[in-house]
This record gives sequence, structure tokens and C-alpha cells, in this order.
Amino acid sequence: MSNTLSANESIQAKASFREKLGAWTPKLAIAPGVIASLVYVFGFTLWTLYISMSNSTMLPTYKFVGLKPYFDLWSNQRWKIAYGNLFYFSAFYVVLSLAVGLALAIAIDQRVRGEAVWRTIFLYPLAVSFVVTGVVWSWLYSPDAGIEFFVRSLGWHDFTFRLTTNRTTAIYAIIATGIWQSSGFAMALLLAGLRSVDPDLVKAAQIDGAGPARIYRKVILPSIAPIFVAVIVVLLQFAIKTFDLVVALTRGGPGISTTFPANYVYDLMFQRGEIAVGAAAAIMMLAALAVVLVPYALWTVWRSRREAAHG
Amino acid sequence: MVDATFDLALDSQARGESLRFALRRLAIYAFLGVFALIYLLPLFVVVANSFRELPEITQNGLIALPHSFSLKAWPQAWAHYCVAGTCEGVKRNFFNSLYMTIPATILSTLIGAMNGYVLSKWRFPGSETLFICIVLGVFMPGQIALLPWAYILGALHLSNSVYGLILVHVIQGLSFTTLFCRNYYVNIPDDLIKAARIDGAGFWRIFFKIILPLSPPILIVTVIWQFTGIWNEFLFGVVFTGGTQQPITAALVALATSQMNAHPYDVASAAVLIGAVPPLLIYLFGGKYFVRGLTQGAIK
Repeated sequence: MSNTLSANESIQAKASFREKLGAWTPKLAIAPGVIASLVYVFGFTLWTLYISMSNSTMLPTYKFVGLKPYFDLWSNQRWKIAYGNLFYFSAFYVVLSLAVGLALAIAIDQRVRGEAVWRTIFLYPLAVSFVVTGVVWSWLYSPDAGIEFFVRSLGWHDFTFRLTTNRTTAIYAIIATGIWQSSGFAMALLLAGLRSVDPDLVKAAQIDGAGPARIYRKVILPSIAPIFVAVIVVLLQFAIKTFDLVVALTRGGPGISTTFPANYVYDLMFQRGEIAVGAAAAIMMLAALAVVLVPYALWTVWRSRREAAHG
Repeated sequence: MVDATFDLALDSQARGESLRFALRRLAIYAFLGVFALIYLLPLFVVVANSFRELPEITQNGLIALPHSFSLKAWPQAWAHYCVAGTCEGVKRNFFNSLYMTIPATILSTLIGAMNGYVLSKWRFPGSETLFICIVLGVFMPGQIALLPWAYILGALHLSNSVYGLILVHVIQGLSFTTLFCRNYYVNIPDDLIKAARIDGAGFWRIFFKIILPLSPPILIVTVIWQFTGIWNEFLFGVVFTGGTQQPITAALVALATSQMNAHPYDVASAAVLIGAVPPLLIYLFGGKYFVRGLTQGAIK
């Protein structure tokens, strides 16, 4: 009698253990990955933040010195050039990639023949690394073999095209190459957006007598505004992380004219043994990202609330 | 007779219309054509120059129709050219990239799918916050993570090894794969999951029998994103590995920046193509699904 009871109890205990285990299974299944991600996002950021306020030089040390590395960083001419380049590059790169992408998307949207071929041509640079892009374009910009050489060989003997050898124009070489790499991405997403616009809306505008340009401006483009914002955010974070393109294209030169924050962080940490200042520079990159992302996050929340309110 | 003149008048009007239409079409094709030439120029240059002889390249420039044909540059770039101190071409770096990219892509995709499944279909208090925290990693610049990774890889004895890079790329990639998969799984009706649970299916069974069979569109996006991203990555490769352990991107930069005079454009072109082909192939075969998947919900 007592035996069967305890057997029952143990079955019940087993059942509730299995139930509990069942309830925990989803959490346990993702725990390793989630913990690693959290350590990566928060642990790493706090770690670098702390190092950026320490007196580390060749190796990380943990003696707190406050904001001194930040003052060291901002008193450095090369860093100021790098941070300025970042904003200059980002503005041109994002706006022009978007403009070229939009022009291509609208052109392809005019029921052109061979649409798939055009799309493939404009999108393939996205699959090519910044390293390969930078190496090949550095050849094309080079006066003794690239575009200048080519145009001169056609007979225009005093043609000059030397973006990368001049301090003031080298940044435009990086901007142009960045646009070559990324405008196809903008094109693809915007084209998908143009196709997703409700055709009845367009028809209604046509019946009202609006021409194609007006329909694009007043009806189609406003309704794909969220895609514009998504593309801008993706491009901006590419821009802020720009590193490989510069290494392969100009190596930061001529002189220090095309130094970017990402390149300078690398130099400080691994070439000059100024780890604390390098960490401070990395934190400043994060700050630049936050300037972009915090308004975007707020806008997303606002938009989803508004959608929820309107049903 | 009256009919004929009427036709003629209509005809000239129609001709004007159709002329304007034809000009407009011409302008569109001209615009696309000019941009297509600019976009294809670098591809043409590397392909053509990998088959030309070096003296001919230095004489006629990079942008020229080939007047010579040679296959010498390819074996040279693959197995003999001197990069970063060893004269074994980029073969080893190519395989480093392959051995790094394939496992890192598979692992980060699988873990991301599991994360997405739980965070959309087995929500618990705080799971939405957790999701946002993971996705923050998408925006983190790699430079923030350099020092912590250097320390961790050192502690695990994984510095200067492909395994170390796999670890870095899996964890860095989780933010993307979780974002993509979770946003996709959210659109799978909850009723499907409920019905399966009533039928007695558990956590794993639902994942393997219902979620995974519905996943190919998003898994294609995730795999393409991860493969091209990891293959093309340079920063971690150049910081955490050296010499024979480096991935192909680091080797290409070493090759392109080492030779200052008499640049070996033929061999370098072949090497650049070797480094660019895997992601290009992936994109050529999967690009259509990639864009479709991205616009279907990965980016919102």
C-alpha cells in the first residue's frame, strides 16, 4: 500500500519535473547563444569603455585615469581629420548612393527589357568585398595604368584624372568607390518598394490627370518613405565602419588626408601601442553611431505606436 | 478618299506621340547603359588582365582590349606568388577563408534560427527586451570588440587560428541571424503552433517539423548574408591572424600594397578574382531570393 503510494508520488514528481523541464527547454535552448551575445554587446562595450579611461599603452592595464585618453585623442590633428572625414564621407556617400539607386530603380521600373540583367549588373558590387573593390579602383585611379592613361591613349593627351594622388580630392575617390559598391543595394530595395505601391493609388492619380513625374513625387515616393529610412540607416552604419575600403584604396593617404576613425583605431591599438587612446577612439565611433541610431529607434517606436493607434 | 486624309492626320499625330515615346525609351536605355558600363568596368578590367601578358598591360594600360593571351597568371597567383613572406600564392588563404566561412555561416544561421524561434513563438517575460539587446550588436563597430576579443582568443589559445575567427564570426553574426529569423517567424501564425501543441508536439518537434520546413526563404537570406559578410571581412582577419593563417582578404591587401614599382597587374588580377569568386557565385545563384527575402521582412 505504502509502496504503491510512493511509486505514485515518484511518478508525479517525475511528471512535474518533466513539465518544469519542458517549460525551461526554450530558455535553455537559446541560453548559450543569448549569453554570448549579451557579453558581446554589453560586456565588450563596457570593457572597451573602461580601457578607454585607463593608462594602458602596449598592454591593457586597469589603472583609472578618467578622461585623459579622450583629451589626448582630441588634441591630435590626425584624429580631427579622421572624424571630419567620417562626417564628410558619410553625407556624400549616403545621399549620392541613395540618389543613384533611386534613379536606377525608377529607370528600371519603366518596364525596360531585360530587367533581370540590369538588376544583376547594378547589384553585383554588393557581393564584392571592400578589399577587392578598393584594390581594383586604386588601379583605375592610378595615372600610369588606369582611366587617365586610357583617355590619353584615345588621343586627349592632356587629360588628367588623379583623384587619389591629391590631398584634397582623395576623399572623393573613396566616396565614388563607395557609391559604386552600395548604390545597387539602394536600387534593389527601392525597386522592390516601387513595386509594392498600391496600383489603385497610382491609377487614381492618373485619372486625376497627374503626369508620371508628379505621380512619383506626390504618390509613390512618399508611400515608400520607410524604405528610404531603412536604406539610409544601413548605409550610414556601413559608412561609420569604413575601414577596408580606405586601406585598400588610399591607405589613408596622400599624407594623412584620408585617415578614417576605424583606421586610426587600428593604428593606435596595434601599431603604436596606445591602447587607451585607441579604445577612446573606438568609443567615439560608437558615439557617432548613436547619433544616427537613437533618433531612428525613436522614430521606429513612434511609427509602430501610430500604426497600432490607427489599427 | 475622305477616310484616307483622316487616317493621314491621325497618323502624323500618332507619329509625334510615338517619336516622343521612342526618345523617352532611348533616354532610359542610354542612362542605364552608361551606368552599366561604369559598373562593369572593374569586372572587365580584372577578368581581361588576368589573361593578358604583363608587358602588354604596362604598355597599353589596364583598360584596353587584350592583344595577348596567357594563362600564366592563374597558377602563379594560386600557388607560387610571394605574399606576406611565403611564396605559395593565395591557395592557403583561400582555403583558410573557406574553412572559416562555411562553419561560421552554418553555426550562426542555426543558432540564429533557434533564437528567432524561441523569441517569436515561446515568448517569456523579458524576451522582447532580450531581442532588442541582441539586435543592438548589428550596429556595434568591430573596433569596440577588438581588445576584448584579443584577450579572449589569447586566453582560449585561439589567437592566430582559423578557429578563433570562426568563434568571432559566429558570435558577431548572431545579431544579424537572430534579427532576420525572428522577424520572419513572427509572421508564422501562432495557431499553427497551438494546434501542434494540442496534438502533443513538443518544443523540438515543432521546430523540426513545422518551423524549419517553413524556413527556406529566410535561411537563404541568412546564409547569403553571413557567407558574403564573413568571406569579405577584413578587420578581424588582419588583426587576429598573420602569415599563413590569414584569410584571403588580408592576403589580397598584402599583395596589392607590397609591390610599389612594376606592379604585377596580371597576377594580382587573377588573385583578386580568386578572392571575389565565391561570394559572386553565391550572389549570382541566390541574389534573386536574397532581395526578395530582404524586402519580405528582414529589414523593417
